[in-house]
Amino acid sequence: MTVGYRARRRTANATIYFLLAVLGILWVLPIVYLVILSLRGESGAYLPYLLPKNWSLDNYRRLFTDTTLFNYPRWYMNTLIVSVCTCLLSTLLVLSVSYTFSRLRFSSRRKFMNTGLILGMFPGFMTMIAVYHLLKVLGLAQSLVALILVYSAGSCMGYFIAKGYFDTIPRSLDEAATLDGATRHQIFFRITLPMSTPILAYTALTAFMVPWTDFIFVSVIMKDNYQNYTLALGLYQMVTKENIYRYFTAFCAGSVLVAIPVTLLFLRLQKYYVEGVTGGAVKG
Amino acid sequence: MTLVKQRHSRQKGGLLRTMLTALREGDLATRLSFLLMGCGCLFHGQIGRGVLYLAAQILFLLYLIFFGAPHLMKFTTLGTETQHRVFDEEEGIYLITAGDNSMEILLFSVVTLVLIVVFLRLYASNIRAAWEAQSARCKGNPLPTFRDDLISLTDRRYHALLLTPPVILVFIFTVLPLVFMVLIAFTNFDKAHQPPGNLFTWVGLENFRNLFSGSGQTSTTFFRLFGWTVVWAIFATFLNYLLGMAVALMINKRGIRAKGLWRTLFVIPIAVPQFVTLLLMSQLLSSEGTGGAFNVLLQQLGLIQSPIPFLSDGTLAKITVIVVNIWIGIPYTILITSGILMNIPEDMYESARIDGAGPFRTFFSITLPYMLFVTTPYLITQFVGNFNNFNVIYLLTGGGPLSLDYFQAGKTDLLVTWLYKQTVDQQNYNLASTIGIIVFLVSAGLSLLVYNSSASARKEEQFQ
Repeated sequence: MTVGYRARRRTANATIYFLLAVLGILWVLPIVYLVILSLRGESGAYLPYLLPKNWSLDNYRRLFTDTTLFNYPRWYMNTLIVSVCTCLLSTLLVLSVSYTFSRLRFSSRRKFMNTGLILGMFPGFMTMIAVYHLLKVLGLAQSLVALILVYSAGSCMGYFIAKGYFDTIPRSLDEAATLDGATRHQIFFRITLPMSTPILAYTALTAFMVPWTDFIFVSVIMKDNYQNYTLALGLYQMVTKENIYRYFTAFCAGSVLVAIPVTLLFLRLQKYYVEGVTGGAVKG
Repeated sequence: MTLVKQRHSRQKGGLLRTMLTALREGDLATRLSFLLMGCGCLFHGQIGRGVLYLAAQILFLLYLIFFGAPHLMKFTTLGTETQHRVFDEEEGIYLITAGDNSMEILLFSVVTLVLIVVFLRLYASNIRAAWEAQSARCKGNPLPTFRDDLISLTDRRYHALLLTPPVILVFIFTVLPLVFMVLIAFTNFDKAHQPPGNLFTWVGLENFRNLFSGSGQTSTTFFRLFGWTVVWAIFATFLNYLLGMAVALMINKRGIRAKGLWRTLFVIPIAVPQFVTLLLMSQLLSSEGTGGAFNVLLQQLGLIQSPIPFLSDGTLAKITVIVVNIWIGIPYTILITSGILMNIPEDMYESARIDGAGPFRTFFSITLPYMLFVTTPYLITQFVGNFNNFNVIYLLTGGGPLSLDYFQAGKTDLLVTWLYKQTVDQQNYNLASTIGIIVFLVSAGLSLLVYNSSASARKEEQFQ
């Protein structure tokens, strides 16, 4: 009886290992292939064979030397600048908003919370044309500052997850500090924030990732100002119909260079990412 | 006692009642505050506060007279004078005289209206401040100095300090544009009516009628795309959910080793920026020339003779985007469900096994109901997210293949990608705004459902 059970479990496990291996390969293969393509010596987009016949680092070199049309290093800097600033600004904003809604009580609190909730439900890019004209009035159109402001402003409505986290920090700590004469400002910075590393990391990580993935706002705000493109928009230009035959392998190389730092960062902080997402979205 | 009373009236009575009382019982300075903001504060020695109120009033009036009012006056017509050319006798050439610009009129009217609302709020708070100063004076209580006011921003009124920057940003970059775009849905701001060359004007519900009439190309496109968007959202949400959970179960099964390795394998596709993987996929699946790598692979294996149009045939493209989306989405499900799956009480499985239930039976009778119970909010959020999933569709197929039956849209276009194309490529802003409003109504309806059903919203105060 037990032998049969064990045997059955062994075959079940073997099947699972097999399935996981197949799926794992399926999931990682495209990314491995991206790396292979980036090292391909042959130019052009579509070849009738899979593995390159010549290997070279030319595609990477080209990204940094052939910058007249596609200024890859500049885009990389743009993206870095925008994401670091967005990360700082929107983390500050999101945490302020969530802390306020979680801990402070004032007369129009509910009103503000509901307004934020409703505003967050409009498709963000429905407003992009108006945003563009407003930026033009402010003299900020096609600038990196505009991107930082738009991303940060957009993040304010996403206060839910961080608020949920602050809600779980015991109030008695605040009360004790108040008795000791601490102001609310001191409580926020000296007590609540130091206890909130996971949510701090989550908020910063999500804010940091936005400029690396957003395609819509940057395309509307930058229009044809190639110099101020971010990587997402720039790399997209490389695979449009007109450019793909010349730039496909360069696109692959450029993508690899984008993927490496972002992947490392994500893998390092994924614990916080999971905590944030599940804590906020899956509360029974 | 007085303080308690005053606080009480502040909460209950509301601003309007305070203003009425101030008008009836106020002294000269308080009453003067109705005309000249800050008077009450200045008179009672709150110089800093009073100067700020006064400055705000002056700035606002200057703005209104020189900029706001001229635009606001044309708000009802959105401009009457088209830009035209006038023959200049002296120079002997045609000069272009600037006419009205409907877009600017509408935009600045909205800005002005919002500023008026903000100003009125400030105006009321000025009177309350004057009234409070007066009543405190009467009772002989000390008045807060400007320094006290500033200090209270870090404590009693800390919410004001924390909320002001985000509220200003959200107002400029979300509220203003949103009001503007919602208003656009009631105008004829399309390709043929582009300022400054042409004017556009109010058309009432015309755009909604066009979209819902059921006849005409726009309406057909709308209903077809709406249908596809719903189908897409259902498949994208539930296939990813079920399959992702299956993989997570396999990884988490007792006796399976190297769990960390398997998890990392599946996390990598999340970590790589989505636009990279999506653009890559669209190249791999291409059927142009000899075809992308996937077609080459199939040909080399001898399975097919010529490239399969994965992305350029209507039906096939729809299947392809759903399948690719599984590749994109499963890792997220694995990441999120892993932790919850481990929380399912082991004895439930134990007893199921004793009762002779197989793995499928166990999954559908124990795992799935439990998971559905816990993750319903997550599922609905996912559904809304997929309803608005711009990236996957736009970067993979660009909405294509284009269809002649549709109004400037392709077979795989979702409502949001159609909206994007109408805005950026076609400049039919009125149509785009109308679609946006409908998308909003759908997403908002579903999100409110989540919000109201989630326990964290209802029992908010219980945690504290």
